[in-house]
Amino acid sequence: MLQNTSPTGLSTSSRSLWQRIIRNYDLYLFILPALIWYLVFTYGPLYGVQIAFKNFNGALGIWGSPWIGFKHFRNFLTAYSFPILLRNTILLSLYSLVAGFPFPILLALMLNELGFKRYKKIVQTVTYAPHFISMVVMIGMLTLFFSPSMGVFNSIREVFGLQSVSFLTRPEMFRHLYVWSGVWQGMGWGSIIYLAALSAVDPEQHEAAIIDGASRLQRIRYINIPVLLPTITILLILNCGSILSVGYEKVLLMQNDLILDTSEVISTYVYKRGLLRAEYSYSSAVGLFNNVVNVTVLLLVNTVVRKLGQSSLF
Amino acid sequence: MSRLIRESVGDRVFLIINFILITMLFLIIAYPLYFVIIASISDVDYVSTGRVILYPIGINFEGYRRVFSDSLIMTGYRNTIFYTVVGTLFNLTLTIPAAYALSKKDLVGRNFLMGIFAFTMYFSGGMIPTFLLVRDLKLLDTWWVLILTSGVTCYNLIIARTFFQNGVPQELEEAAVIDGCSRVRLFISIVLPLSRAIIAVLALYYGIARWNSWFPGMIYLDSRAKAPLQLILRDILIENQQMALDETGIGTEAEAIRLKLATLLKYCLIIVSSAPVLIVYPFLQKYFNQGVMLGSIKG
Repeated sequence: MLQNTSPTGLSTSSRSLWQRIIRNYDLYLFILPALIWYLVFTYGPLYGVQIAFKNFNGALGIWGSPWIGFKHFRNFLTAYSFPILLRNTILLSLYSLVAGFPFPILLALMLNELGFKRYKKIVQTVTYAPHFISMVVMIGMLTLFFSPSMGVFNSIREVFGLQSVSFLTRPEMFRHLYVWSGVWQGMGWGSIIYLAALSAVDPEQHEAAIIDGASRLQRIRYINIPVLLPTITILLILNCGSILSVGYEKVLLMQNDLILDTSEVISTYVYKRGLLRAEYSYSSAVGLFNNVVNVTVLLLVNTVVRKLGQSSLF
Repeated sequence: MSRLIRESVGDRVFLIINFILITMLFLIIAYPLYFVIIASISDVDYVSTGRVILYPIGINFEGYRRVFSDSLIMTGYRNTIFYTVVGTLFNLTLTIPAAYALSKKDLVGRNFLMGIFAFTMYFSGGMIPTFLLVRDLKLLDTWWVLILTSGVTCYNLIIARTFFQNGVPQELEEAAVIDGCSRVRLFISIVLPLSRAIIAVLALYYGIARWNSWFPGMIYLDSRAKAPLQLILRDILIENQQMALDETGIGTEAEAIRLKLATLLKYCLIIVSSAPVLIVYPFLQKYFNQGVMLGSIKG
């Protein structure tokens, strides 16, 4: 550094750095609005996370409230409901992962073999459609189809002389309804990324395989699936990383008092304790705990996959 | 057909099974949507007894007439249009210039800034601290709360940045700079017109998220006059809040009629609220695909 010192006292490298920054000042102005929004609305709440370690008192504010350490975390981890919440959360997301993950891959592989271009396009358009339906409408449809008095499912059951079943108030039905409605809604959209990967396959590879007498199944097994593997790995990492982060929106919409045993998950618990009962500190602690576990799991899975020599997220 | 003949027997069997399976999946996904449409224009009695299966029976538009004359729903509709249009503009104004600047490889601190944006994707303050912040900013129950609380989505920022890195020819920009064009002019008159595809993708992603969102409305808004459509839908579809129906008779028969009417209205509401999105998106499908592909490129 010393031998590069210029007459102005600044090293040439740092001066050129400043020059590069000043020359691009307008680019920084382009970023400024987004950055300000980010600092206020996503880093602002991070500042507020400290109330998880405090006894939040509205009059004293976030900064002024007294510290109490890990009391809220201890309370949560020893709470009667903790094991139930943990079990419900893990079961729901594992079930969603196991049932939901293969379908987009299968759909993509199948669509890739479909010869009729027009039909393929129609199938794609229709299978993507549920993705654009709002969660409220999705659960509204579920409620309509499965309602005991006016629901279609039960009218069909009655035609066959079966008893009408109140699917939506049966705790053991909750997970099935949650997961399979999710598969219905997400399968088509999820297949796009795999179709994109498949479209990148060099056609010559397939032609060579055909000349060598490979059947379609063999070509899928030895050409298409290996092509999809990196994408599959990355999506699996992401999915495993969010094993403890079941979203609250869909669960809240499906919930009723009769199915709390199976449907109460950590995020809905945070919402109820925090916003409905205004226990801000306690629920922030639960949310923070959940977040830390999520990030840890994500990093762990990512490290393991990288060690195994597969493509990883970071 | 000629193509099918060239296939071996095994492959032909495979193709036929493949075709059947796809068609089954297609029907499983399409049928519930189709059913809602035919149920919304059928006589409720036939729907609730399971006789409406393949086509509407007793076609009438009574449900739609009532939905469109309900003031609460129409207010929600107007509010949602406001939130979607203004909100999406807000999202785009924040995201597009930032993504453009971040796409410049010689920008000092580019990775650091990207890190700032990406960090909260994995680690965020969570629901409660966010709520307290919005409360402290005195935004609760204002027209602006839903607009302001959603700004830049990191995923969309990355998509746009990837697009600008590859989509706009560098030579064109350099030539414009040599000709004495300022960065702002360059961006507005050269880069933006070349970036219609990415603007469309982001507008759709942001717009649909805005149209479909209900939870922020539920926690940040008190007054029904400001509620977005999805929130009102939730009350009617899921919480079974009755719409203001004219028949206010007493007794089981009046009750039964009311229940039937409420069911019919739900089918109509699903169509009325989802139609804008479902009608728009097939025309823009190629852009959606483009967006997913841009997002899947690492970097």
